[in-house]
Amino acid sequence: MGRIADIRIRQVESKAVTPGQQTQVMPGSSRARRSLYWHYMVEPFLYLSPGIFLIGTVMMIPLIIGISYSFQSIELLNPFNTGWVGFENYQKLWSDRKFWLALENTFWWTFWSISFQFLLGLGLAMLLNTQFVGKKLFQALVFLPWAVPTFLSALTWAWLFNPVIGPLPHWMAALGILSEPYNIMGDPDLAMWGPIVANIWFGVPFFAITLLAALQSIPGELYEAAEIDGASPWQTFTKITLPFLAPMIAITVMLRTIWIANFADLIYVMTGGGPANSTQIVSSYIFTTAFRRLDFGYASAIAVALLGILLVYAVILLWLRKKLVKI
Amino acid sequence: MAIAQSRPLLAIGKYAALLGYLTFALFPLYWLLKIAITPDQLIFTEGTQLWPSSLTLDNFRTVLFQTDFLAYFGNSLYVSLGTAAATTLIAAGAGYAFSRFDFGGKRIIIAVMLITQMFPLLMIIAPIYKIVASLGMLNSLTSLIVVYTAFNIPFATFLMQSFFDGIPKDLEEAAMMDGCSRFQALRKVIFPLTLPGLGATLGFVFTAAWSELLFALMLISKNEAMTFPVGLLTFVSKFSVDWGQMMAAGVLALIPSCLFFIFIQRYLVQGLTSGAVKG
Repeated sequence: MGRIADIRIRQVESKAVTPGQQTQVMPGSSRARRSLYWHYMVEPFLYLSPGIFLIGTVMMIPLIIGISYSFQSIELLNPFNTGWVGFENYQKLWSDRKFWLALENTFWWTFWSISFQFLLGLGLAMLLNTQFVGKKLFQALVFLPWAVPTFLSALTWAWLFNPVIGPLPHWMAALGILSEPYNIMGDPDLAMWGPIVANIWFGVPFFAITLLAALQSIPGELYEAAEIDGASPWQTFTKITLPFLAPMIAITVMLRTIWIANFADLIYVMTGGGPANSTQIVSSYIFTTAFRRLDFGYASAIAVALLGILLVYAVILLWLRKKLVKI
Repeated sequence: MAIAQSRPLLAIGKYAALLGYLTFALFPLYWLLKIAITPDQLIFTEGTQLWPSSLTLDNFRTVLFQTDFLAYFGNSLYVSLGTAAATTLIAAGAGYAFSRFDFGGKRIIIAVMLITQMFPLLMIIAPIYKIVASLGMLNSLTSLIVVYTAFNIPFATFLMQSFFDGIPKDLEEAAMMDGCSRFQALRKVIFPLTLPGLGATLGFVFTAAWSELLFALMLISKNEAMTFPVGLLTFVSKFSVDWGQMMAAGVLALIPSCLFFIFIQRYLVQGLTSGAVKG
C-alpha cells in the first residue's frame, strides 16, 4: 500500500518537471500564477493525499456512522430488531445505573492515575535534568515500562496482585494495609487500585519525557542568577521551574486526561470491569457492550455521551488555560 | 546541579530517589522473569520468595514448541511491521507537506488530525466491525494493518513534521537551485537527514501496533489469525493455572518491544524533545 503511494508521488513529480520547463516561454505573470497555484493548491496535497484518504475512510466516516448508530437499534444477536429508534438509546442511557456508576469510576480512575503519573513524572524529569553517573543507562531502564505492551503490563500487575504468585498482597499485609494477604482486585472497594497502579507504572515515563524536554528549554542563566542571589532550592523550584513548566503541564495534563479516560485496555484485561462493575469505566463499558453483548446501537450511544463529556472538559480546560497562563 | 554536590544530605536523597524509580520500573519485569524460570513444583511453596532455589527453562520450551505461540508471534510481527512501514511512509509525506508548504485548508486538516487524537477510538469499534464484516475481511491481518495505519497516521505525522522542521529549508532550496526537482531534493538531501526521525516513527508505530488489543479482539476470532495480545489472552484464560507458562509467554512477548525500544529510545527522546521545545 505504501509503495503504491510512493509510485504515485513519483509519477506526479515527474509530470511536475515538464510544465515547469514549458512555462519558461510563457509571460512572467502567468508563470508566476501557475507556479503559485501549483505550490499552494496541488503539490502539498500530493504528499498528503494517502494520509487524508486513510484518515477519512477509516476514522471520519466510521465516526459519522457511529453517531448515526446511536439513534438506531443494532443488535447482532437480535437481527430482526433493527431500525431507527430516535433517542431511545439515550433515554435508556439516562436511566442506566451502570452508566452513572461507570462515569463516577471514570472520574476516580482518571484523577488518581493522572495525579500520580504527573507527580512521579515531574520528580523523574527533575532527576534526569541533573548530572549523575550512569545516567544514560538509568534513563533507558526507567523508560522501559513505556515500551511494555499494554496487555502485558496488565497481566504482569494482575499477577503481582495475586496472592498465590505475587508478593504485593503479602507485603501489604505485613505493612498492615491489608488484614490478610488477599487479592485486592476481588474487593469492590479496592479493586480500582489494581489498574490504577498499573497505569501509573506505565504512564510515568511519558510524563517524564515531555517534562524533561520542557525543563531543558529553561535557560540555565536563570538558575545561576538565582544561586548567586542565594535562593533556596525550594524557591528556585517554585519561582523559576514551575512557572516555566506551566504551559507544558497544562497541555500535557489535558491531552493525557482525555487519553486515560478513554484507556480501557488495562481495566479490561485486569478486572473485566468487575467485581460487581466496581472497576467499569465508561470506555470499558462501551467495549463490553459492543464486544460481549454485540449491542452496537447502545454502545454507540454511550460513546457519543463520552465524547460530549470530554469535549466539555477540553473546552473548560482551554478556557482556564487562557485565563491563568499568560504566555 | 551544583546544589547536590555541595549538600551531602540532598545527594543521598537524590540517589535514594533514583534507586526508588529504578526499583518501581524494573521490579514487575523482574518478577515476570523470576516466575517464568521457577520450576512448576516450587511455584506454590516459593512463589513469593525473591529468588527460587532452583531454575528451569522448561516453561519456555513448552510455550515455544507445544502451543500456538509462534503463530501468534508471526502474525503480530507481520501486522506490526506492515503497519510501521505503511504509517511511516504516509506520515513522512504528510509531515513533509505540513513542514514545507503553506496551503489552503492546512489549518482544517491539522484540526481534523488533532480531533482524531481526542475522540475515543472505541467509539468507532462498532462501525469498523460492520464495515470490515461487510467487506468479508474479518479475521484478516490486512484489515488490521489498514485500521492500525489510519489510527497511527496523525501522531506519526506530527512527529515527522517536527523532524522536518529541524532540517533547514536552505538545504533543499540549494539543491533545487542546482537543478534538482523537489522530489529529488527530498530523496537525496532530506531523506538521509531524517533517518533518525524515520527510525523513531517506525519504532513508535511498531510498539503501538504490537500492543493493540481491543480492535484485534473485535476483528479477529480465528485462532490462526490471532495477534499476540489476543492469543496471549486466550492462552491465559485457557491455561489459567499454569503460572510458569503464562509468564514465560509474557517474557517472550516483551523481547521484540524491548529490543525496538532500546534501539530507538535515544531518537524518540530526542524527537519528542525537539518537538516539545518548539511548541
